[in-house]
Amino acid sequence: MEMKILEEGTGEIFCKNTPITMREYARGKTRALIDKRMPLQEAVKKFINDGDYLAIGGFGHIRIPMATIYEIVRQKKKNLSVAGHTAVQDIDVLMAGGCVSNVDIAYVVGFELRGLSGVQRRLFESGQVKKTDYTNGAMSYRLRAGAQGVPFIPVKVMLGTDTMRKSPGKVVECPFTGEKVLLLPALNPDVLIMHAHRADIYGNCQIDGHIVKDDIQARASKRIIVTCEEIVDTEILRADPGKTIVPFFMVDAVIEQPWGSHPGNMPYKYYFDHEFTENYLAKGRDKDPGAIQKWMDEWIYSLDDFNAYVTKLGASRLYKLRDDEFLRPPMGGKQS
Amino acid sequence: MSGREYTLRELMTVVAARQMEDNKAVAVGTGLPLAAAMLAQKTHAPNLLIVFEAGGVAPQLPTLPISVGDSRTIHKALMCTTLIDIMDMMRRGYIDYAFLGGAQIDKYGNLNSTMIGDNYEQPKVRFPGSGGANDFGSLAWETMIIMDRHGPRRFVENVDFITTPGYLDGPGSREGWGLSPGTGPSRVVTDLCLFDFHPETKIMRLKALHPGITEEDVKKATGFEIEVASSIETNTPPTAEDLRILHEVIDPTGRIFPKK
Repeated sequence: MEMKILEEGTGEIFCKNTPITMREYARGKTRALIDKRMPLQEAVKKFINDGDYLAIGGFGHIRIPMATIYEIVRQKKKNLSVAGHTAVQDIDVLMAGGCVSNVDIAYVVGFELRGLSGVQRRLFESGQVKKTDYTNGAMSYRLRAGAQGVPFIPVKVMLGTDTMRKSPGKVVECPFTGEKVLLLPALNPDVLIMHAHRADIYGNCQIDGHIVKDDIQARASKRIIVTCEEIVDTEILRADPGKTIVPFFMVDAVIEQPWGSHPGNMPYKYYFDHEFTENYLAKGRDKDPGAIQKWMDEWIYSLDDFNAYVTKLGASRLYKLRDDEFLRPPMGGKQS
Repeated sequence: MSGREYTLRELMTVVAARQMEDNKAVAVGTGLPLAAAMLAQKTHAPNLLIVFEAGGVAPQLPTLPISVGDSRTIHKALMCTTLIDIMDMMRRGYIDYAFLGGAQIDKYGNLNSTMIGDNYEQPKVRFPGSGGANDFGSLAWETMIIMDRHGPRRFVENVDFITTPGYLDGPGSREGWGLSPGTGPSRVVTDLCLFDFHPETKIMRLKALHPGITEEDVKKATGFEIEVASSIETNTPPTAEDLRILHEVIDPTGRIFPKK
């Protein structure tokens, strides 16, 4: 049975890595157990280049690597392509910082129940940032192909819709059964940034709660920067190796960064900082684009690093987020 | 419309909840679909299995989450997994209902949550896009849809962008594209009425009206020709207990059901 292309979408493929180049790259990475701790500034400088294709851990505003996002903005990285595999506050800050040129969209622009982002609407509606549409399932399938080292994957979503027509997908008949399937290109990001609950100095990572897509996107990506709530002794990981989501030899940098997902929700650690995010969103929706830039000055450019940001937030604010996470009334309540 | 003990939003959520049977599985987005699923669980369907695309399976939801991935969606869950695992479960036939919303819908139940306008490069309004909606609408057995602000700008002859498949171009169209037989939209709940879909034409069919709403009201608010059931039912208003659950348990902060 011959495999003929029956329909195809017009979407541009932003990530150009192939299984062959990925294998070669992986061959060059060390398998040694070496200490990969370094300052976040150094990790971003060393492992994220202008024009890279970036994948982001977590789920848009849950378990997102905000410390790294802020550092990318602070270093004014340019022309990034981003996997918008449910991208919310993470991509919003990158776009407000002028770092992003292209986005593979599964979910962007929205802050779920909080409504739409002014920053992203401006940049997408004016055509300043280019896009290709997919679905959340499609982006995960593409990462699965990338993790597997094959160039494409047959899927059963997007068929017959404009989402398909604006993607690069191709409809073919299965050479075994004749059934129609959509083929999507594999996705092998240049760099993954992720925030874990804990890691050791070599980069072995544990995540508590749902993994979302961080297992497959770690396996699909060239380089990985891990921030974590805490760095723990390797013996802790060895005691329960089934919990290791990402193994050390895939990881390039490890940074201990408590509160590193703020204002996002870190399951079992802290809930959303609603007030912070609503204020951020209001600045982005302001008709004056200077409003969000003022916010960026205050919370990113004028601060040396994420530790200064945490200090600026203050302890009582952060403790309240822990109380919210555990559904308990604020403890003490006298700190502020 | 004064004198009602409930808002239309509350009524539509209650009607939506009643469409889900006990011991079935539903994949939901947050907002009204999830409020409906939570209400179903706390009333007639205690064993309704709720799954979230971010990986939460069978949580005991304490309150309405902000996100389909936040901590509440895994609260006392039976499993935490991955997005692709949820999609695989749905593709393999384990998920009975997907519950979705959108900005526009057409007579075949095709949904737009991507953009308004006719220029993809520079849309009038850019919305989030599919998220998991297209996956849900492609893979689940039944797609249930909730649409508030029922009006001719939302119920349109042609949506500006088909994000998520309904019956696409009509009977046989889903199967023709390779989507699984026996799938597609089954219900649309609005703030005026409840639709199902005509079994032959696959066009949206008026099944039940909210109290005080007429067939004429629905036709005026809908930008396409609808089918009408041979006998139209009237939806039962929310009970005091339904309203108590919505306000005290599901949405105590009044984020989606503002307190009077």
